[in-house]
Amino acid sequence: MADVNITVDGKKVTAPAGTLLIEACKSVGIEVPSFCYYPNLSLQGACRMCLVKIEKMPKLQTACTTVIGEGMIVTTDSDEVHQARKGMVELLLGNHPLDCPVCDAGGECELQDMTFSYGAAESKYMEPKNHKEEQQWSPVVYFDRPRCILCYRCVRVCGEGMDVWALGVQNRGVGSIIAPNKEDHLECEECGMCIDICPVGALTSGAYRYKTRPWEMTHVGTTCTHCADGCKTTLGVRRSESGMEIVRGDNRDKSGINGDFLCIKGRYAFDFANREDRLTQPLIRKDGQLAPSTWEEAFELIGKRFREAREQHGGQAIGVVGSNRTTNEENYLLQKFARVVLQTNNIDHHRTADFPALAAALKGKPGSTASMRDVFHAPAILLIGNDPTEQHPLLAWQIRNNVRLHRAKLYVVNSADIKLRRQAAAFLQIPAGTEGRFAAFLAGDDSAAEGLGPVAGANAGESPAATQNQQTTLGGFREQVRGEQNLVIIFGAEIRGGDIASLVKFGSGVAGAKLLCLADYANSRGAADMGLYPDLLPGYHPITDSGKFHEEWGGVPQAPGLTLPEMVESARSGKLKALYVVGANPVGRFAIDPFVFSQSFVVVQDMFLTETTALADVVLPAANAYEKSGTFTNTCGDLQLVKKAGEVSGSKSDFEMIVRIADAMGADVHKLVPFGRGTTADMGQSRGAQSGEADRHAVWLEAHGLEPKMSPFDPTAILDEIQRLVPGYEVSRLNLVAGSDQHTALVGIATGAAQDPKLIAPATDNLFSSGTLGRYSRTLNSVMENHSRQPVESEVAAD
Amino acid sequence: MRFSDQFEQRFAEMLTHYPTKRSVLVPTLLYAQDETGYLSDEVIEELASRLELTALDVRNVISYYSMLTTKPRGKYNVQVCTNIACMLRGGEELLQHCEKKLGIGHKGTTPDGLFSLEEVECIGGCSWAPAAQVNYDFHENLTTEKMDRVLEGYAKKVTA
Repeated sequence: MADVNITVDGKKVTAPAGTLLIEACKSVGIEVPSFCYYPNLSLQGACRMCLVKIEKMPKLQTACTTVIGEGMIVTTDSDEVHQARKGMVELLLGNHPLDCPVCDAGGECELQDMTFSYGAAESKYMEPKNHKEEQQWSPVVYFDRPRCILCYRCVRVCGEGMDVWALGVQNRGVGSIIAPNKEDHLECEECGMCIDICPVGALTSGAYRYKTRPWEMTHVGTTCTHCADGCKTTLGVRRSESGMEIVRGDNRDKSGINGDFLCIKGRYAFDFANREDRLTQPLIRKDGQLAPSTWEEAFELIGKRFREAREQHGGQAIGVVGSNRTTNEENYLLQKFARVVLQTNNIDHHRTADFPALAAALKGKPGSTASMRDVFHAPAILLIGNDPTEQHPLLAWQIRNNVRLHRAKLYVVNSADIKLRRQAAAFLQIPAGTEGRFAAFLAGDDSAAEGLGPVAGANAGESPAATQNQQTTLGGFREQVRGEQNLVIIFGAEIRGGDIASLVKFGSGVAGAKLLCLADYANSRGAADMGLYPDLLPGYHPITDSGKFHEEWGGVPQAPGLTLPEMVESARSGKLKALYVVGANPVGRFAIDPFVFSQSFVVVQDMFLTETTALADVVLPAANAYEKSGTFTNTCGDLQLVKKAGEVSGSKSDFEMIVRIADAMGADVHKLVPFGRGTTADMGQSRGAQSGEADRHAVWLEAHGLEPKMSPFDPTAILDEIQRLVPGYEVSRLNLVAGSDQHTALVGIATGAAQDPKLIAPATDNLFSSGTLGRYSRTLNSVMENHSRQPVESEVAAD
Repeated sequence: MRFSDQFEQRFAEMLTHYPTKRSVLVPTLLYAQDETGYLSDEVIEELASRLELTALDVRNVISYYSMLTTKPRGKYNVQVCTNIACMLRGGEELLQHCEKKLGIGHKGTTPDGLFSLEEVECIGGCSWAPAAQVNYDFHENLTTEKMDRVLEGYAKKVTA
């Protein structure tokens, strides 16, 4: 668009036509205050804080609703403007309670800031304030009516941003109130966006209210540990008797791929960390009972038993199960440990998507994967399978807001009438289980169309023209999608194996098409990329193919190992002598008969006692992803930092435990973790009296452009190796450390053995569940309980 | 939920007047209330689904307008104006008289469901103040005696 020139406070400003005055001012560093204006939400013009003087206009104008015009001369900083803003603050304070000392928002309240800026501390209004009791609208949302300044941000973010429309405004004038959709409570997705966006303390969170003050916390921006979208969540932590306690999750750091967005899990479901039943001591089975022991005793025992198993029965007698929630460094280290030290390729994890098939299909097609940011900017999106609203809340947000703000065209193919259908330009309902056939049909196999019908082709969307598409046929749909450009093709776990190749084939016929494969857990993609497969090394490198990994590591068995079900069978026949489970619950997840492992020596690293620890010989208390450093790769392939926020004394990171076990087995730790390069100083003291010291050193070193890597427990040493050896991970380290997301390219190196699609078991989580981990979140449980209870419709009318 | 044919006719016609469906909400609510007496949850749900709105949207609009109600009212809704012209000419006394006579307060309903009472803002009868409105009928230049006759007249209508 053509540029428009204006003058603001004597400064020349040039901005594209159509820019709002408030944004034009912001672009040159002139702050125009506002409550109701929020970028990317509809304009409200309710608070009148952004009043500015525009020459030739008789009265002060609201900068948030004024579009800039050529030659406009604007004054944002004059006595008249100040007086107007002061008057607005004074009116807002008229009935605003003076409970800042106990209000959650105190210290980060926009009304407080404005009062300091424009000074309206003295009130001429002497009447008693109109008080109303606070209301609980849901387990996580509380409403304190008198604090509300009626900016309507919450109403708009819930409706426009989330497409939930659970909040409204009732009554009028001074009687106006924000109202929930079910008379006295909310029925919604519990995302907490309304709380985060509230400029004051009118909406507060059940998880955080009255717990602490903002300035008493340290804020750590890290990556969420729940679904595979990889939102950046800012955790507020403070010291507690057991280490560092996470008190709050929010997204005050808006630099992440999620921008303004966080769902309930990212915002509230950190509370598993401080549960009473968290393991804080290693447990060793003695006389049939798990009894507390010391770390030394535990590592010594594990080292001895693993060594015996390897020496007496060979590596094939040992199985390893990795995790979808441990960092890339831990996953890489685990498979390296398995292959190099345990001498086994029997390594697997809970697979939720067929990434190896995607990598193989994309061979020779670099740059064909979409990042999470691409989903927000792509002009067209094809979504096959999955229900992102439930399973990938950020992805759903990106799609929804791309359609709303950029008019992207969304094509949805699903067996169910999913919520994103409302944004779809075209929707095809196909019978469940035929998604793969649909992919083949897209790729040009017309015979696959049979059995896809009866297709309830229908259309959602605002335009009346949409009804024309009622008659959408399969062929018409395919032609329409094929005609798009820069299409992002998103598919769920319904599409596996050869069907992915079909989609890639279809995509190669669309200009600029990119693919996005949906897995279910925070680091599912990382687990796959880092080679938690019996026949694939990191970067989907076939184990049988000698290459740089074999050269670098030396002596790695080249025969493919056992998959998880094969390990179970091996244990049943008494061949599997040892099983090492890191951060997973295979017994609970796959309903494995626990007696199968009665002949095996089982070691489990976990936070809690699970179905799998019930049959363990040794249980090691593990730190979770909020308590360690490293990197996660989200389902799109965006690599992001995981930063240590909380700490529970008595637990160790999986990284440290793997290294300690290797050491106890007599392995050369230097070969496993290339740390230090000659320096042997150990800064890994992250517990006891020296607690936090390593972190402080790390901060200093990072600030000086150095990285510690002086301890064998330092994941950055492994990150070096990952970046050196895993194709696609050669991203900018500087940007990564600075906290930016870095898209890794999925580079198919060689076509590895096709994976059995039956090994993929989708997590089937919804908005309020999160695998085994979700069980331990009090907030998620209380919300689920609340939703399952059928609310009694009361007859009381609002007035 | 069934409305009268007349309602359906009006509704269908109104839809053609505006570019978006939601624009017909306010008149529709008024017509629906005229038929059903008040806007029940059932009516709200029905209109919300017809106009592709949430029930919350419909409630928000209802709460804005004092003439729309979600609570049952008496057969005759007595609205006494106490704005400035009526107040100067005895509107407040008139309201107090009605309260005593009917035994109910502002927004109350008599136990027999015959009358409701409401204190309202200007109804445009200033030239003939004090004025009151019963449903859609205006009664002007009222005195307490005249008000009694008005109320009796309505009471008789029912028994007759």
